[in-house]
Order: sequence, then structure tokens, then C-alpha cells
Amino acid sequence: MDKKNLQTPKNWNLETLEDGRMVLNMGPSHPAMHGIVRVLLTVQGERVTASDVEIGYLHRGFEKTCENVTYNQCVPYTDRLNYVSPFINNVGFALAVEKLMGIETPARAQYIRVIMSELSRLTDHLTCIGANAMELGGFTVYFYLINAREALYRLTDAVAGGRVTPAYTRVGGLTSDLPPDFGQRAAEAFRIVRKNLSDADKMLTRNRIFYDRLRNTGSITKEEAVSLSFTGPALRSTGVPFDVRKATPYLVYDRFDFDIPVGSNGDNYDRYLVRMEEMRQSMRIVEQALAQLPDGPVNHPDFNVILPPKEEVCGNIEALMAHFKLTFEGVKPPKGEVYQAVEGGNGELGFYIVSDGSGRPWRVRVRPPCFSLTGGLSRMIKGGYIADIISTFGQINMIGGELER
Amino acid sequence: MTSYLLETFKAKFPDDVLETHSFRGDDTVLLKKEALLKAASYLKDELGFDFLMDLTAADYLPREPRFELVCHFYSSKHNYRLRLKCPVPEAGASVSSLTALWDGANWFEREAYDMYGIKFEGHPDLRRILMYESFEGHPLRKDYPLKKRQPRIPHRD
Repeated sequence: MDKKNLQTPKNWNLETLEDGRMVLNMGPSHPAMHGIVRVLLTVQGERVTASDVEIGYLHRGFEKTCENVTYNQCVPYTDRLNYVSPFINNVGFALAVEKLMGIETPARAQYIRVIMSELSRLTDHLTCIGANAMELGGFTVYFYLINAREALYRLTDAVAGGRVTPAYTRVGGLTSDLPPDFGQRAAEAFRIVRKNLSDADKMLTRNRIFYDRLRNTGSITKEEAVSLSFTGPALRSTGVPFDVRKATPYLVYDRFDFDIPVGSNGDNYDRYLVRMEEMRQSMRIVEQALAQLPDGPVNHPDFNVILPPKEEVCGNIEALMAHFKLTFEGVKPPKGEVYQAVEGGNGELGFYIVSDGSGRPWRVRVRPPCFSLTGGLSRMIKGGYIADIISTFGQINMIGGELER
Repeated sequence: MTSYLLETFKAKFPDDVLETHSFRGDDTVLLKKEALLKAASYLKDELGFDFLMDLTAADYLPREPRFELVCHFYSSKHNYRLRLKCPVPEAGASVSSLTALWDGANWFEREAYDMYGIKFEGHPDLRRILMYESFEGHPLRKDYPLKKRQPRIPHRD
């Protein structure tokens, strides 16, 4: 093994440089940072002059694993990318494979996918703001928002049978339809979410301490954000109105009336405001989708894509063969490559899939939204106080699962 | 059917474009790797592709050239996407870095280097990003076995 690599890293310990600056190690496991990431800071007094962000503590080889299993077997793995908004990952992956195959799911499935994606966006933002407030000392807000998230988790649990790892979509459809009383349950959950959100809004938005910790910290300009490939709330906080749902609508997003909130300063406070407003917009979308929800099947009719119903499998030979082929070989998209982007909680979540015509993907690439954001962290914390790293890092909402896959 | 963008691109770089296609509506250009930087700056400055959405690679093992660099661009001005691919041969796999044009390329290229061992010329800080420094091999290469074990690294005091 290379001798050079065996040495203790030079800056592992607290060390004072010749010009009076100090090298400080933050993380990998830091009590005020959710997620495992190591930030190597060079500080001058309280100010950060340089930093190096080190990631990779949660790498599990998602892409390598996916190359060795069938398409539908990838779905549970996608849950574990961003585990606070699993449905968006499910939907993104399913859409990418469907695009590759050139098929479209029935209207009802598309509406349900939109509903579940928006519920996931809500849980994502609730966790982000709740954890951010907690790290800055607003512990009560955390419980308020996690209570709201819990109501939504119960709702998604009733639909998909899982709170955090639902594995809800299949190529060409869904595992199950919505429960009959879903509309009523959703209204009930939204009542809780709205109450908790308005309480949190009262406690945070005009809170002197919270405001001072977020305003003008972690600022980034529009040009820098674009150059760093930022997407999602972090990009929109700088004033760029880019949202995949509006720019290149997928599913049935073009049938709903909703707004894309944008900020103007590109600081943490704007990111917070953008997220708060996005949650209200998400509830708006879900309510419209529930009102428009059409009847009909949720699965693609072709048995080369989706498993036939059990009665068919036990009743006739064609369905039995289709069941066998699908279980053992999986769906077989034609040779080709596609890139499908969906709007995740943190920004553009893209799936780039290459098929060689067999039942297993040749290459699955995930474009994780917080990869670029974490890549820009050094830029955002430069010149600020050490304490501001907490609020900036919280608003980046780094999710280890999708960052490192 | 070929799109206006692909035609423009072909007319601009007639000697460098190897192939274009629009499979499932994704406009794709296959380009010689020597022309990558030139083409990327043309995309950014002239055609308004301001976002480098994604940069990755793929391994097509028995085939030669073995690797392919895959970039996804997005233009917020025209609301349009384009995929640019460059074949990269295995021997001394290297390609020019896009960090001069997009800061976001920095980490994407580090990941491509980490996973495939493709070197990016002109990258300011090409290190492994997801794996540790003494990791042997490049895990997303097709000849890296799925369950390969790594040698133990000694404990650090």
C-alpha cells in the first residue's frame, strides 16, 4: 500500500498555523449537525477563512447495486436515497424507467404519484425547518413540526404501508390504490399540519433570535448559485424561479394552479421563507389533485410491464408466464438512455438510466440535489462566523443517503 | 426527427460531432473528447446553457473506447436540456475539466474520478470524494466485482 496514505492526516488535530489562523475539525459527528459530514475549517478568530468539506461516510454503493438487480428491485433502494421524502425518489425512478420504455401510466396513477410526491415534499421541508430551528435553540418548534410530519407519515403509512421506506411505485404503476377514506384522512392531517405550521410561523418568522441567526448568513449570489449547479429552494432563494415542476412539467403538474416562491437575497432566511411557502403550495396541489382525482386503474394494462393480478396468474397460462418472466427477468426496456428530472425536496433529482436491453440496468446514475449544495457549502460559509455554519448547513438540508448514495 | 439545436451544433463543430440522436426526446450529442471544452464554452456563452445539471461517466467494458463521459446541460433561458457525451479510451483515461466554466463541475468530476478513474485535466483538486484515500480500484467500473473486499487500513492514532 502507498506509504503516503498511511500517515495521519496533517490537519487532524487542532493546529495553529504560522499566521495565527487555526485549523479546526468540525464533525464527522457533530451534535448540532444532522448528517455525517466532516468540515475542516481554517479560522481566524471566529471567522472562517477556508474550509474543506469531506463526505462519503454514508456511501453504500446504490448505483453499483442497481446495476446488479432488476428494475423493480431498485425501487426499495431508492427509498433510502432521501429518506425524508422517499416517494419523490420512487416516482423519479419509475418515471425514468417508463420514459425509457416509452409508456405512460393511467391518469389515476399519475394523480396519486403527484399527491404522494407533494406529501413527501411537506415531510422534507418540515424536517428541514424543524431540525434547523432545533439546532438554533428553538426546541419547541421542532416538536410542533415533527408532530405535523407524524400526521403525514401516518397518512402515507395508510397508503403505502411504510412511513419512511414505502417502496410505493412500480415500473408502470403503483403497489396499491389509495385507501377509500384517503380524502378524509388527508383533510384531517392537513388540519394538523396547518395548525402546527402557523404556530411555527408565529414562533420563528418574526423571532428576533431566529431572524438574526438566519438573515445575511450563508449568502450566495444568483450567478454563483447557477455556476455551482444549485437547484431547489437554495437556488430559488437567490431569485431564480427554476422549478422542475413548472419548467418541464412531468406527471400532471401542468393541471394544477400553484406558485413558485422565490427569495431575493439568497441567504438562509430567504431559504427558510421559500420552504415555508412551498409547504402551503404543496397542500394546495394535493387538495386540487384530490378534487380532480379520476377513477380507473392505477397500473399499466400491459402484463409485460406490470405483474398481472393474482386471479389471472392462477387462472390462465399467459398471465402465469408473464408473472414468471417478470419475477425472474424483470421488465426489459429497449436499448437506450434517458435522463428524467423531478423536483425533489432539495432541488432537481435526476435519474440517468442506460439500458442494454436486458432486465437489469446497465447504468443508473442519480443526480442528487444536495450534492451540488454541499459542494457549495465552502463558498457559503466563507467569511462568516463558525456559529453560522449551523444555520447554513441546516438550510442546505444535507441528506446523507442521497448525497453519498 | 432532428432538432434545431442538434443541427446548429453539428454545423458549428462538423469535424468533432460523432453522432447525434433524440431518443425519447432527450437531445444527445456524441462528441470527440478533445472538443469538450470548446463545445461546452460554446454552449454556455452562445447558446445560453447556464446550468451544468449533471456530470458523470459510464463504463461499457468490452467496447472500445471503454468509458463515456456524460454531461447534462440545462438552459434556464430557453428551458431546454442537452446531453453531451464523450467517448474516453481506457489507456490513460483523461478528459479536460469543466471547472473553469462551472464551479459545480468540481465535485461532479471528483466523483467521476473516484468511481471510474477518469482523470480531469485542469481540475484544481482532483481527489477521491466518496471513497477514502487508500481505497484500491474504482468501484463503478464493470470489472470491479460487486462483493470485492478491501484490504484493512491500519488504525490511526
